[in-house]
Amino acid sequence: MSFFTNKQPLVADILSRYPANRKRSAVMPLLREVQNAEGYVSDAACAEIAAIIESTATEVKSVMSFYSTYSSSPTGKYHLQVCMTLSCALQGSDQMWDYLCETLDIGVGDVTPDGLFSVQKVECLGSCGTAPLMQVSDSGYYECLTKKRLNALLADFKARGDGSLPESDVKAPVFIQKNGDVVQQITADGMPVGGAL
Amino acid sequence: MTTAVAEVAAPEKPKSIVSGLDPRFKPRLYEHVGQANSWTLEYALKNGAYEGAKRALAGTPEAIQDEVKKAGLRGRGGAGFPTGVKWSFMPKEDGKPHYLVCNADESEPGTYKDRYLMESDPHQLLEGMLVGMHAIRANVGYIYIRGEYILGANRLNAAIAEARAAGILGENALGFGKSMEVYVHRGAGAYICGEETALMNSLEGLRANPRLKPPFPAQAGIFGMPSTVNNVVSIASAALIMRHGADWFSSMGTEKSKGNFLFHISGPVKRPGVYELPLGTTYREIIYTWGGGPTEPIKAFNPGGSSTPMLPFTDEILDMQADYENCASKGTFLGTGGIILIPQNCDIVNMMYNYVRFYGHESCGKCTPCREGIGTWMNRIFQKLVSGKGDPNDVKILEDLFGNIKGKSFCLLADSCIMPVQSAMKLFRDEFEYIAQHGKPMYTGYGNRWKDE
Repeated sequence: MSFFTNKQPLVADILSRYPANRKRSAVMPLLREVQNAEGYVSDAACAEIAAIIESTATEVKSVMSFYSTYSSSPTGKYHLQVCMTLSCALQGSDQMWDYLCETLDIGVGDVTPDGLFSVQKVECLGSCGTAPLMQVSDSGYYECLTKKRLNALLADFKARGDGSLPESDVKAPVFIQKNGDVVQQITADGMPVGGAL
Repeated sequence: MTTAVAEVAAPEKPKSIVSGLDPRFKPRLYEHVGQANSWTLEYALKNGAYEGAKRALAGTPEAIQDEVKKAGLRGRGGAGFPTGVKWSFMPKEDGKPHYLVCNADESEPGTYKDRYLMESDPHQLLEGMLVGMHAIRANVGYIYIRGEYILGANRLNAAIAEARAAGILGENALGFGKSMEVYVHRGAGAYICGEETALMNSLEGLRANPRLKPPFPAQAGIFGMPSTVNNVVSIASAALIMRHGADWFSSMGTEKSKGNFLFHISGPVKRPGVYELPLGTTYREIIYTWGGGPTEPIKAFNPGGSSTPMLPFTDEILDMQADYENCASKGTFLGTGGIILIPQNCDIVNMMYNYVRFYGHESCGKCTPCREGIGTWMNRIFQKLVSGKGDPNDVKILEDLFGNIKGKSFCLLADSCIMPVQSAMKLFRDEFEYIAQHGKPMYTGYGNRWKDE
């Protein structure tokens, strides 16, 4: 059985977002479905997507290879993507990357033997005010990562072991209104937080 | 000697708001960001959401364009082109479907203003979409959100579902008898998708290479139909203008740069964050009053994302009012408002290598000067310099490369790399020459900055 066989309502929903004669637009959302369910996109899945959008597997792979968040080889249950661009680098992302690879004993393209972790260097994740950070799989951001916070996160992921994730504890570093006055919330250790007062 | 009747004093025009400390200033774009449940329709409706869209839909498209032009709104994605004028380029009565595309592919290093707006106030963006779609006679709008903004995409999808169920979107949007639909399209990790024609290719399921202009999007955009691409904050601002009026918007800012603006700071600063302030606020107020000041000596800053040429960290620059014209007069751009502080004790060559690597990685590969010039040549020279194997000639080769890459490519990505690097070399040439000559950087604070706790 192929990936989309029993997911026809989902395919129909994705196709409905684009004009009827423009099925090709659905290539990215379809790739995303496969990537998230299987951790990578196989050749067979590319062929299946090609059939849905009435194109060829080569065209699908061409699009897939353009973007950094689709993978053609398997990734871990926790795919750790570390932002390396300047605002993060100025908060130590290079050291964090080295530490992560050493601690997990893997490099780019590897998966830990237990299938839990893989790592990737990525460019600006748009979280420059809460650097350094990493994104885990196709899910949320884990920000303001000190060595202590990173270790705690890795321990949490290992304890879960199933790809599930804890909630992020860092909120938007923005103005908050309190009694009509505009203030910005800062925690004691200097991490910006927002959220309800 | 007689004098005529004493001159009647002209009614004094209230002074424009150019500081966040002005008691008349109130944040609007980020008014609800960070509040509990701010992303729900219930919260949004309690706070006046969709009142602006109702006002817009009750009028003609031209009336919206005129109001937005009168307000003086300029594109908030970085280029600063007047939004109302852009909308007026769309054809009338051509019988073709029109499309509004919201550019939410926020990937410019140092820029993170759209993210929190979409996560915390998706209904404000949807309201803006309704305003913009009516202004350009579109029935369908797409929000192209970068793939990594998952919370934002989820919140937007939830907001669309709520709005559709409430009749705000759909066949009879807000009861005006017009079909209006908004869809979210997630990107997948490519900076180039922020370029509007590359974004259109990506949305069509192609590789995101930029397209040649003309034809401009207003003639042939997505699916070959007339389209307009606007930044998230431009679209949200249009909603606010319809809600609070053009005069409210133009009461803030300088002569040609009107309105409220999302400045945001990263790098070594006490309170990195997004600060909604009027245009015309001084960089000193942004960095010191709101950002809390640098946490270490600073030598320069990028005023609006990594692509904007650096400004030296001097009193003259700090006292400059941040607007489009003042930045242009100093050879840079207001850009996205994403200020990146460049610390004194970090080697500029290492920091610029970080930028070069970024642009090399993000080059789409279409044009040779960008693909090879940045991705290969500049990368290799910088690698050579930072690994201590440079020689004095490398600085001259780099300068030669600047001239052969800048302005020689299809889109602005190549220029966006050269501009900051060139500005860094102009300001800190001694650091480039030092590392080329001595095989080690003049400042050594770059590599050791990660905090244990």
